[in-house]
Amino acid sequence: MPAPLLITNGRIIDPANTVDCIGNLLIVDGRIAAPDTALPADVDEINAQGCWMVPGLIDMHVHLREPGEEYKEDIRSGTQAAAAGGFTAVACMPNTKPVNDNRAVTALILAQAKEADARVYPIAAISKKSQGSTLTEFGELKANGVVAVSDDGLPVRDSQLMRRALEYADDHGLLVISHSEEPSLSNGVMNEGIVSTRLGLKGIPNAAESIMVYREIALAECLGKRVHIAHVSTAMSTELIRSAKARGVQVTAETAPHYFTLTDEAVTGYNTNAKMSPPLRTKEDRQAIQQGLADGTFDAIATDHAPHSILEKEVEFDRAMNGIIGLETSLPLSLALVREGVINEQRLVELLSMQPAQILGVEGGTLSVGARADVTVIDPELRFTYTEEQVVSKSRNSPFLGAKLQGRAVYTIMDGRITHRSA
Amino acid sequence: MTTGYFFSHRHILDIEHLSADDITCILDTAESFKEISARPIKKVPTLRGNTIINLFFEPSTRTRLSFEIAAKRMSADTFNISASTSSTTKGETLIDTARNISAMNPDIIILRHSFSGAPQMLSQHVNAAVINAGDGTHEHPSQGLLDMMTVREHKQQLHDLKIAIIGDILHSRVAHSDILGFLRMGSEVFVYGPGTLIPPGLQELGVTVCSTMKEAVEDADVVMTLRIQKERQNDPLLPSFREYAAEYGVTAKVASWARPDALIMHPGPINRGIELMPDVADGPQSVILDQVTNGVAVRMALLYLVTGKH
Repeated sequence: MPAPLLITNGRIIDPANTVDCIGNLLIVDGRIAAPDTALPADVDEINAQGCWMVPGLIDMHVHLREPGEEYKEDIRSGTQAAAAGGFTAVACMPNTKPVNDNRAVTALILAQAKEADARVYPIAAISKKSQGSTLTEFGELKANGVVAVSDDGLPVRDSQLMRRALEYADDHGLLVISHSEEPSLSNGVMNEGIVSTRLGLKGIPNAAESIMVYREIALAECLGKRVHIAHVSTAMSTELIRSAKARGVQVTAETAPHYFTLTDEAVTGYNTNAKMSPPLRTKEDRQAIQQGLADGTFDAIATDHAPHSILEKEVEFDRAMNGIIGLETSLPLSLALVREGVINEQRLVELLSMQPAQILGVEGGTLSVGARADVTVIDPELRFTYTEEQVVSKSRNSPFLGAKLQGRAVYTIMDGRITHRSA
Repeated sequence: MTTGYFFSHRHILDIEHLSADDITCILDTAESFKEISARPIKKVPTLRGNTIINLFFEPSTRTRLSFEIAAKRMSADTFNISASTSSTTKGETLIDTARNISAMNPDIIILRHSFSGAPQMLSQHVNAAVINAGDGTHEHPSQGLLDMMTVREHKQQLHDLKIAIIGDILHSRVAHSDILGFLRMGSEVFVYGPGTLIPPGLQELGVTVCSTMKEAVEDADVVMTLRIQKERQNDPLLPSFREYAAEYGVTAKVASWARPDALIMHPGPINRGIELMPDVADGPQSVILDQVTNGVAVRMALLYLVTGKH
């Protein structure tokens, strides 16, 4: 057990307990201690003046690539990147090699995660090998530590299969996460619009996403089951989710920092680090995504951290794989929204910690007395340039390399243990 | 041309990044070279000792031949690599191929590739000048330039013309280069084609997207027809070539809506009877073979200008 830790003079932001005040946080035996606890003799102290103390950040959508593609990332490097970005927990998607569609793969992931620098919550596949034909064994997977199911990376083409997944997942208290893209419309390589025309690249229209988002909403609504929409990128999808929530449909949704920060202009010059699925959209979409974060349409910010090596990215744009790393830039990019007045500090913590924990049904997301001491100390003023040298992930596929960012985690603490400290 | 102008492009990757002065300079240079091809001895020593590699990852007859003739008339040494003979079939990446070719110190690499942006990527990994000979559905700058040269030759100007481009705008790299080039030179561009083959955002570039053939062609100075690519038929873009010919083919009647002195153009190869009727293709207003002749001159100019010998 790590030594007791006292973090002093920071701004404690804990929306789960409606706390926002300057104070001290004491951690004893890996848990948040009551404020009136006598200070242990061997306590270590962190001065957090000017910083925020928030419940450890949770990224509910990452790809850790282990097993199978350890040259891109593994559970150790991926959780180190998570800690460096202020995250104390991640939920990892099942599109590994082999696919996490059975308890053996789940067990391997959890075994590797024992020594990791962040909690790892495995998400299993909806269908065997994510091939979209038969359901995986949700019951056994849940019993072995899976928190959700998703065929992420591949949309579930068959609406009947998705219907059955929602019903069967509900029996087991599992969340279903939908990668919402209509496959016959999404065989392009970037957003469809003036930029794709200029670059001569095949476009993907917004309708590819909204059609599938609406299918999931319709299923959830008709069946009275819940569904979670991953990485929303368009204005139209945002509006569909907003109105579904207003009707009381059990739908939750996440978006990613690149969708509220960048537009398809980032692809100019055939930048493969701006290629992901779904693609970067227009500034109108970006605006709508920000609005959705502000008004509660979105429940979570998740990165879709998708490491790829230069083998997959230093190629012709059409050939490049989809995805970017995001764990180390998510917090600074989200803090920019706070500075711009799009969201406030409490909302930031809700989106990056409290609500992801609630949606996944896992511990965390609060600084309640007695809770596991997962704490992120954020210096919102710290300015830095995100360079290739400081990337902790094994992969370097970020469109934000070279960007001047402001605000980052200076301490990441999991179970009272410091997993990251920035100089 | 602006005083103090100097052609400074190291590579020719697209028309998008060429200024009006650049285009004028290339066309002036091409005009001055055109006469070489009419001589009994069609060779000048300008590029003697230069190594030029034609790196073609897509089948091409006319563009490759045109570049090769241009290079040989300038006395350069040319080498042809086509997809079937290259290492890419053995799994080598384009960057590795580029680095290996670069290690043999060529002066110019002419690249044809089926993926948009490949020439730009290549240009970042070689010392040679790179000329885009057509990349995916992006651009085909030398074709755009030879089209402009042909129009300028016949109209003595490139500004204030009505250019009608008919057909598959979505997949045509020629159309993309022509649109950007003619707009840059101060002409108006009207396009017409089936909705399945009109890319989004053209209006933002300043193009008029027409809803009838007549709107596009009426009083046009130039009617440019585009090849319908039969190889794209796995996407349900068109019900049949029969209907395409009936609705979007340029017939003598369609051509009669244009100005009496309008030019009929086509980048070739023509699907006769589909996008362009034979009587129009071979009629008195057709300048299709002038385009081919000018292609050699434009490519001579590009080779000359990128080697920085001017």
